[in-house]
Amino acid sequence: MDGPSATEREAGDAEQHVPGHAEAGVIATRGLTKRYRGGQLAVDGLDLTVPAGSVFGFLGPNGSGKTTTIRMLMGLIEPTAGTARVLGRPMPRAARAVLPEVGALIEGPALYGFLSGRDNLLRYDAADPTADPRTRSARVAAALDRVGLAAAAGKKARAYSLGMKQRLGLAAALLQPRRLLVLDEPTNGLDPQGMREIRALIRELAADGTTVFLSSHLLDEIEQVCTHAAVMAQGRLVTQGAVADLAAGARGRLVVTTPDPAEAARVLKEQGVADVTADGDRVTGEPPARDLAEVNAALVTAGVRVRGFALERASLEDAFVALTGEGFDVAS
Amino acid sequence: MSRAETDPLSEKGPGSEAAPAPRAAPGAEAAVASAVRRPSPLWTFGLLRSELVTTVRRWRTLALLGVLAVVPVLVGIAVKIETRGGGSADHGGQGPAFISQITNNGLFLVFTALAATLPFFLPMAVGVVAGDAIAGEAGAGTLRYLLVAPAGRTRLLLTKYATVTAFCLLATLVVAVSALIVGALLFPLGDLTTISGTRISFAEGLGRALLIALVVALSLVGVAALGLFVSTLTNSGIAAMATTVGLLTTVQILDQIPQLHALQPYFFSHYWLSFADLMRDPVYWDDLQKNLGLQALYAAVFGTAAWARFTAKDISA
Ligand SMILES: Nc1ncnc2c1ncn2[C@@H]1O[C@H](COP(=O)(O)OP(=O)(O)OP(=O)(O)O)[C@@H](O)[C@H]1O
Ligand SMILES: [Mg+2]
Repeated sequence: MDGPSATEREAGDAEQHVPGHAEAGVIATRGLTKRYRGGQLAVDGLDLTVPAGSVFGFLGPNGSGKTTTIRMLMGLIEPTAGTARVLGRPMPRAARAVLPEVGALIEGPALYGFLSGRDNLLRYDAADPTADPRTRSARVAAALDRVGLAAAAGKKARAYSLGMKQRLGLAAALLQPRRLLVLDEPTNGLDPQGMREIRALIRELAADGTTVFLSSHLLDEIEQVCTHAAVMAQGRLVTQGAVADLAAGARGRLVVTTPDPAEAARVLKEQGVADVTADGDRVTGEPPARDLAEVNAALVTAGVRVRGFALERASLEDAFVALTGEGFDVAS
Repeated sequence: MSRAETDPLSEKGPGSEAAPAPRAAPGAEAAVASAVRRPSPLWTFGLLRSELVTTVRRWRTLALLGVLAVVPVLVGIAVKIETRGGGSADHGGQGPAFISQITNNGLFLVFTALAATLPFFLPMAVGVVAGDAIAGEAGAGTLRYLLVAPAGRTRLLLTKYATVTAFCLLATLVVAVSALIVGALLFPLGDLTTISGTRISFAEGLGRALLIALVVALSLVGVAALGLFVSTLTNSGIAAMATTVGLLTTVQILDQIPQLHALQPYFFSHYWLSFADLMRDPVYWDDLQKNLGLQALYAAVFGTAAWARFTAKDISA
């Protein structure tokens, strides 16, 4: 994420239109809106564009409309207004043509408890009329292997742990080669090792050319695997673009480590550092426009014993706070 | 200091610093994906096969079939015990008078058992399976994965209806076969007398028994369609099953109320016991035809209603 080359490429890609493709993105929505029967406006005029080949993070606090959007994209619920195109074709109208090329995990896995893991996948595969029954068992075995469930394939799904169920749900999304994977909180319930494996899997799939659309409220997760991101709040799209651009939108913070925090804070304010806060031996603030070497020299001249002087990179979380003016997990 | 470096969950190796750059090559993913998939039209039946297998692997289905298999055993034993004292098991009153003939010919246990289970046990079993068909999947969340597979809503509904219809036949056959076995074990077999008093051979009697089983199974397709429609209305399998069985019982009761005489010919259960007419010589087809016509009407009306509902429904469970 720090590499300038990656930043440039991602930034360039955000606006890139693939030549020869009529579609503006693997997923493109215009004014997509959903009002539930109870009157709840869950998604409000969403204009989302997911570039081909991206790993797209779909961020938002609980209840911000992520799952509702995904359900509309997958043709499970009808939009109240607006349009959604997936792989260049309108949903839900073209569902039968589009969905065989899309693997999805929506709001957690759902399994037949009385069937084994393998039989669950055989059933989901049989539901796809474009899935070749001759290769079915081989594809099921490969999918189980890919998510690390080969050893537990014969066990009844009822007896699976939460993480195992999540893995089986992912395996169902990987039964066929897909052009698009839509994963709603894919690492939910996984142990650290499992999260790591799933992230590696996502990178691997992305490297094969699969576009991955990933919803999450874990900022770390988005920062680690995504090239692009969109942020939702209360049903509206707050921002979208390349992750590097989003993070760059928020400025980093100057961090001074010193045993003389009070004195350091005074000097920093003098030097034009805004929003100075001291916490133990850490004094932080928004860096001024002037050369930081001068700021450091001023600290030393004033007799402040400086142990550390650093510019901390802005995180996506900072970007989020800057964008919405609120903490991330504030309920809508 | 990068957040990624301090994150205990982050990957080792160079992958931790940068997310993968998107593929630069346009159309690369299109080439990967359109790696020729030319589906055969026959593959569409994979879902039906999966549905049939899944249905009979459910513990609930097996329990229902078990209960249905036990009914003829109980009837057979009861008749055997009652006639041991010398008196014949003659019950005047309702229902076809098949039961009195069981002691002479075990084949009559098949007709008796079907007559005994058709008013409640059989339609209840069908109501449970049909009510659960869509609502159970919705409640478990598996419906959304079937639909994004994509099963196709119309295809899934047709598959479900075909499966419930197959269950109607299976349930009826379980009763008939169990009755035939018990009848053969406890009573003599041989030529039999029809309701009209003519004698027919055992082989022909067996043929009629099979025909009767088929008609009984067809008598249930109306309930099956009704149950499937109810199943599209809710996300709770239990609620759909209870509603269907409740409707079934209500209709049976209403069918007994004389004041509703004008309505009764439209109740799906009204002509159910007409299957006994297959034991007349010659067969009396009038009520049999009315029964089958009524079942077809129910299947058409509630099948269409289920389709209209299911294809327009928001799947939010
Ligand atoms: N079936 C439904 N009927 C009515 N309202 C609903 C329904 N499903 C969701 N909502 C409402 O729509 C809003 C968005 O919900 P949604 O599930 O899309 O959020 P989310 O972003 O996926 O949240 P989370 O991070 O918790 O998964 C919420 O306010 C929720 O209460
Ligand atoms: Mg959600």
